[in-house]
Formats: sequence, structure tokens, C-alpha cells
Amino acid sequence: MALDIWMRENPFTYIWIGSYGVAMLVFAIELGMLKNARKATLQKIRMMRNSGGNE
Amino acid sequence: MAINWFKYAAPATFYGLAGKLIPWLAVASAMLFAIGLYIGFAVAPVDAQQGEFYRIIFIHVPASILSMFLYMIMAGYAALGLIFNTRLSAMMASAIAPTGALFAFISLWTGALWGKPMWGVWWLWDARMTSELILLFLYLGFIALHASIDDPRRADRASALLAIVGSVNVPIIYFSVKWWNTLHQGSTIKFTGSSMHIAMQQAMFTMMAACWLYAMAVVFARVRTIILERERNTTWVGELSEVKQ
Repeated sequence: MALDIWMRENPFTYIWIGSYGVAMLVFAIELGMLKNARKATLQKIRMMRNSGGNE
Repeated sequence: MAINWFKYAAPATFYGLAGKLIPWLAVASAMLFAIGLYIGFAVAPVDAQQGEFYRIIFIHVPASILSMFLYMIMAGYAALGLIFNTRLSAMMASAIAPTGALFAFISLWTGALWGKPMWGVWWLWDARMTSELILLFLYLGFIALHASIDDPRRADRASALLAIVGSVNVPIIYFSVKWWNTLHQGSTIKFTGSSMHIAMQQAMFTMMAACWLYAMAVVFARVRTIILERERNTTWVGELSEVKQ
């Protein structure tokens, strides 16, 4: 198998891209989603307060 | 000076406290990640049997431990919310679930990447792996159930029951390698000590601390958004500087 040979020849690349890279990507996506959720919630509350009504 | 901890059980006071803690937790987490990765890749020696591939342990074990601990904390908060009807407890349980699910995913993913060069397969229906997969499904079930009910208080109660019942899976994950014959290796960290090289231990514990601090920062950030969402009609939310902008 080509992948088996490649991973044994390049263990650091395999580890970094495959596990640490994916973990960091997951963390980055989570942080991005959190930032967006906070922004959207604040906008919703400001709009609600500016219109003077309660939902 | 005595601290009134119950004061922080109120969403309004916890919102401010969490906001102050997040930057410290985030900076400490980033620093510990950098130190842990440095020790793990530059200081820790190569493993005699597994070669370089063992270095996946520095993310795999912390992610696995976090996924289990976060579930127990989530179930604890859910139980508190169910028994005492405390608003913040239910909000904390909802805030923990996505982070716990992501750690369970990272645990499974990195486990598959470690399994391939060591065992020759990405996946096996082994007791440890299967019970960890069930943990991921429990997290997803909790999130989906909560999202499917419009009334937040009813959603809290329904999902709390799922979280409490599902907590039985956590000791199963931990003891699975003892109870059944599995391909997965035994616990790396035991109460009686560890056979790992000191540099490997240092890297793993540093990465674990980094993951803990990251999880706390992210959960606090998420619970602040949940508090804002649920308390949007209250006076104190209207008086917040970020809302007035």
C-alpha cells in the first residue's frame, strides 16, 4: 500500500498533518463558531432593544 | 476574606467573572500548548517499539481524558439543574456538550491515525474504541435533543436525563481495557504511577493542562453567549457595554 510506505517514510508529516493539524483545525473551527455565535447574539439583542420590543 | 461562591451561581455575576477569566485561560493554554509540543517533539525520546508514531499520544490521551471528564462534569451540571432548578447549571451543561463532542472526535480521529501504523487498521470494533464512539453519539444526542425542543427549560430537563443516563458509559470506557480482551493498550496513567519516560510524561501532562485550560476558556465563552441569549429581556443585559454599542 502506497500510504503505508509513505507514512513510514514520513512519520512526522503523518503525525503533524493527520493528528495535530486536524486537532488545531477543529479548535480553530470551534473558536470561529463561538465568535460568530456571540456576534449574532449581540446583534439580535441590540436590534430587539432598539426596536423597543420584547420577543 | 470569605468568598460567597453562591453569588457566582447567578448568570449575571458569572457572566462578568467568566469574561475576566477567559483571556487568562486562553493565554495560559496557548503557552502550555507551545511548551507541550516542544517537549513532545524536541525533548521526548523516540519510543523503542513504536518509533515516532507514539508522539500522537500527546494529543490522543489528553483529548480522550477530556472527553470523559467533560461528560461527567456536563452530567453533574445537568443533574444540578434538574434537582435544584438552577439556571446556570443547565446553561453550563449545554455549553460543555459541543466541546466534549469535539474532544471525543479528536480522540477517535487521532486513535485511528495511531492505529493504522501500529495495528494495520484505522478502526476496530474494540471495547475501548466502541465505547468512546458511543460517548461521541451521547454528546451529539444531547446537543440534538436540546436543539429540538423550543422551550429552553423543557429542553434542559429532557437533555439532562439523557446526560445522567449516559454517564454510565464513562466508567465503561475507562475499565474496558481491564474488563475485556482488547487490542487497545492499557491505561497510560495509573494511580500507582507510570512506566513512561519522564520527558514523555512532562509533554503529556503539559498538553493535558493546555487542553483543560482551552476547554475552560471555550466553555466560558460559550456559556456567556447562552446567558446573553436566555437573559436578553433582563435589565442587566441591557446595561452591558457590549449591548449598548
